[in-house]
Amino acid sequence: MSPSTSGAPRHLPAEREGAWEVVIGMEVHVQPKTRSKMFCGCAVAPLNAPPNTYTCEVCLGMPGVLPAINIAAVEACLKTALALSCEIPRHTKFDRKNYMYPDLPKGYQISQYDLPMSVNGHIEVGGRTVRIRRVHLEEDTGKLVHAGDKLHRAWESYVDLNRAGVPLMEIVSEPDLRSADEARDYAMELRTVLRNIGASEADMEKGQMRVEPNISVRKVGSSGLGVKTELKNINSFRALHRAISYEVARHVEVLQSGGAVVQETRGWSEDEQRTFSQRSKEFAEDYRYFPEPDLPPLELDRAWIEELRRNLPELPAVTRAALEKELPAAVAALIGESRDLTELYRQTIARGASSTATANWIVNEVAPSGKIPSPDNLAELVRFLEDGAITRDQGREVLAESVETGRTPAEIVAEHGFRQTSDPSELLVIAEAVIDANPKAASDYRAGKTQAIYVLVKDFRARAPQANPKVANELLTKLLS
Amino acid sequence: MTSDDLTRITVKEALRLLRLGTISSADLVTAHVERIERLDSKVKAYLRFTPELWEKQAAEADRKLRAGAGGPLAGIPMAVKDVLCVQGVETTAGSQILKGYRPPYTATAVQRLFEAGAVMIGVTNCDEFAMGSSTENSSYFPTRNPWDLARVPGGSSGGSAAAVAAGEAMIALGTDTGGSIRQPAALCGVVGMKPTYGRVSRYGLIAFASSLDQIGPFARSVDDAAVVLSVMSGLDALDSTSADRAPMEVLNSFDRGVKGMRLGLPREYYEVEGVEPGVKAAIDAALVVLQKEGAEIVDVSLPHSDYGLAAYYIIAPAECSSNLARFDGVKYGLSEVDARNITDLYMHTRRKGFGAEVRRRVMLGTYALSSGYYDAYYLKAQKVRTLIKRDFDEAFQKCDAIVSATSPTVAFPLGAKTQDPLAMYLNDVLTLGGNLAGLPGISVPCGTSDGLPVGLQVLGPQWGENVVLRVARAYEEASEIKPEVADVA
Amino acid sequence: MPLSKDEVRHVALLARLGLEPGEEELYAEQLSGILGHIDRLQKLNTDDIAPTAQVVEVASRLRDDEPRASLSQAEALANAPAQHDGFFRVPSIQEEA
Ligand SMILES: [Mg+2]
Ligand SMILES: [Zn+2]
Repeated sequence: MSPSTSGAPRHLPAEREGAWEVVIGMEVHVQPKTRSKMFCGCAVAPLNAPPNTYTCEVCLGMPGVLPAINIAAVEACLKTALALSCEIPRHTKFDRKNYMYPDLPKGYQISQYDLPMSVNGHIEVGGRTVRIRRVHLEEDTGKLVHAGDKLHRAWESYVDLNRAGVPLMEIVSEPDLRSADEARDYAMELRTVLRNIGASEADMEKGQMRVEPNISVRKVGSSGLGVKTELKNINSFRALHRAISYEVARHVEVLQSGGAVVQETRGWSEDEQRTFSQRSKEFAEDYRYFPEPDLPPLELDRAWIEELRRNLPELPAVTRAALEKELPAAVAALIGESRDLTELYRQTIARGASSTATANWIVNEVAPSGKIPSPDNLAELVRFLEDGAITRDQGREVLAESVETGRTPAEIVAEHGFRQTSDPSELLVIAEAVIDANPKAASDYRAGKTQAIYVLVKDFRARAPQANPKVANELLTKLLS
Repeated sequence: MTSDDLTRITVKEALRLLRLGTISSADLVTAHVERIERLDSKVKAYLRFTPELWEKQAAEADRKLRAGAGGPLAGIPMAVKDVLCVQGVETTAGSQILKGYRPPYTATAVQRLFEAGAVMIGVTNCDEFAMGSSTENSSYFPTRNPWDLARVPGGSSGGSAAAVAAGEAMIALGTDTGGSIRQPAALCGVVGMKPTYGRVSRYGLIAFASSLDQIGPFARSVDDAAVVLSVMSGLDALDSTSADRAPMEVLNSFDRGVKGMRLGLPREYYEVEGVEPGVKAAIDAALVVLQKEGAEIVDVSLPHSDYGLAAYYIIAPAECSSNLARFDGVKYGLSEVDARNITDLYMHTRRKGFGAEVRRRVMLGTYALSSGYYDAYYLKAQKVRTLIKRDFDEAFQKCDAIVSATSPTVAFPLGAKTQDPLAMYLNDVLTLGGNLAGLPGISVPCGTSDGLPVGLQVLGPQWGENVVLRVARAYEEASEIKPEVADVA
Repeated sequence: MPLSKDEVRHVALLARLGLEPGEEELYAEQLSGILGHIDRLQKLNTDDIAPTAQVVEVASRLRDDEPRASLSQAEALANAPAQHDGFFRVPSIQEEA
């Protein structure tokens, strides 16, 4: 075994085990929301489109073609950069990253090397500031399918270039994350931001967001960095967390057994729940970057950038902070997650509905259904409930129906004759009928089995849905005592 | 006038006869096809012919002409260099690696000429991927100089130059990266022009060196070249480096005569090493003609000329090493697809598909860009490029245009330089500066040396096409020398 | 500076160019000759000279995000040396040594 390069002593004493610090940096590729590809007019292919049906001479890398930059991709990249508090230099340009691979039609990827679209940003994640090194634009590669089986090596591969030339933003963080949890939270926060500013759908399952953590460990207290490994083909936040945890354990094990971590790219196997070494694309990684001669350097219009900055929506972190002033943190987080829910909440309470009741209905009823009512209707509904005019069950029906039909709660309540009865004289008769009908439950309750009350309450609700549950309960317990 | 005479007239004259109805486009095409059948087995200017296109396009042109319509090139027979994509027409850049390749689209410049009524006769031979100065690097066969079949036509656009010189096409398209239009024009005794970088869209031009390549015309008169250029020029959304300028209206926007113009004579070009006495004599005579016409010849200096070739042979190969990476045997062209793994596919396909000169330049460029050498070679060359551009900027403070020989030598015998790459590269010392600086340049016939044509090069400042054309036309009119069709023997 | 056979081999590999037997010597000699001429560049002091990547000043140009028709699968594959069910077919990429 080769000598340790991390300076970790061999045969660590047991009590020193776990005395390691994890250092994680993230490279995230995100597909900006555009209609056409990065450098050609092909529409962005839907998932599972037949192979090579969204290509043209440009994205096929035919001889003689030239790239033309998609303004929507540039705009999405700028919005992202601004949302991550990046600096946007006056001059930016594209470069060629040269390597030959069958999913790369031109034999080079048009990317950005020494003058990226933006640099030096940061984002707050769970109280920690994560520095963003750069956000730049590039083009995606095609897709490879391997024909073969588990036992034998693949004997041939198939190339689909639908994805080739699809725009990508590459967001690179500094190694500021210290655990699998933080890395996952960072990725989730990034997704929330991207969706909120409308820069990307950022759906990992759809490959619109690809997360590549680079991981190293070092002895607690040491300032140098250990040898890092980079993880690929991670396609869920869950997988991200597991892959990092696995890799961290692997590093520690290697180092504690006196070995050396090899700097390499490793793949995450969802089936086997482990990382494995991936052979590098090039014999020698020498990308021979040079300025793309087919694209003039970009001098971005500062007025345009300032306009984008002005129109940038409130960032999720800010939203959450504001909501937490009125609501419990958990509820605030759930609502702040989505622009739509945040808007619904704010406009509903602006119409005079109580914030707690509104928030609860949004979290428990609206969010799960995924169907957003109008603030007017939700406000009206919440008021019905607060006045005790209808029951919760009736409220659910009203909400569902008003979202479907768009009609107001008032109309629906009237039509169904929904109301809540709290008048004891009216409900006493029913209470007595319920007790007569359930002698066993009644006697059990009298015998001290208080939970037997639920049988009676259930029957009560069946007989009189409009009954105020609270009043019904009081009547039953009174009659039984 | 006999059918053969129709292959000797200029575009201007042909258009007059077409509009008069004296002749039809079909007549013109027939005349050229007959001459091709008689001569091209000797000259070998063409790689392929496009009868389906010439029939359709000539008929269309005649229909329009009869209706009194038809564009500025209605019915004119044209040859197209093998590096310009034409939809459905085999386009191979003179290389085996593209054998059988049929593009799904047409180059913008060619499309614009089609829309102006030009009739495509065929695809002309060239050095592989336009890398060469003699057309001997064509992977198919060498093209001969119509004035002396034992000699080269120059290159890389040798097929186009020879076709126009031999009366096998009235006009032809070439591309110029270091002199590939001007030098063969000079060696074949025709007019050839390279526009300002960005004047003509490169979309559909199979790239050799993206920051240097430009498409330009060959013709047998300056006016004819000007028409073709004006039709091709102008902004193209598909080429982000094409300039956002109104297309040139050359014909009515360049004045006659050089009276009072200052023509710069760079001593570094005039005294360039290896310049043949006969060439120098022809240039001296041309300068006298221009002076007689009222031009003032002023001395200018291009102090970094000695470094031009060196900078060029880093920048061009570096860009080509990247541009040619797409020829991998996966999507089109020659392929060793049954290789046992992907690397073998690449290595074998590119060994078989690329000729010696292409591989030489791909290696040179790969080396110049590789880690550890980028600064010493590529970056250095780009800085020297800045100095060379400055030389021209300063020279154009002192003169309106620069004049020199186009090539230090006349056409040389086949095989004379194939064993010595550097000697071959030296053909371009007087032309590649114009590419490094993005300047418009033209070569016009200015007499002969030992019976072989010599070319006068006129370079102008960026976007100064009109100045260049003005000087060239003034010389053409004043000199007794009119571009002729070679009587191929 | 002259190029060694090893450097030629390395560069050929980077460029994915197969060499015929004996070509390493040939290219080492020819490329060294060309580099011999090119090395004159080192005589120039270019410390405060900006590089020129593009010689003509062209304003930044951005394309509207308007999709246009793509090629059909048949058109895309029309020139393919080998295809399989609408894909381009290539040899195994698993092994590279
Ligand atoms: Mg990337
Ligand atoms: Zn496309």
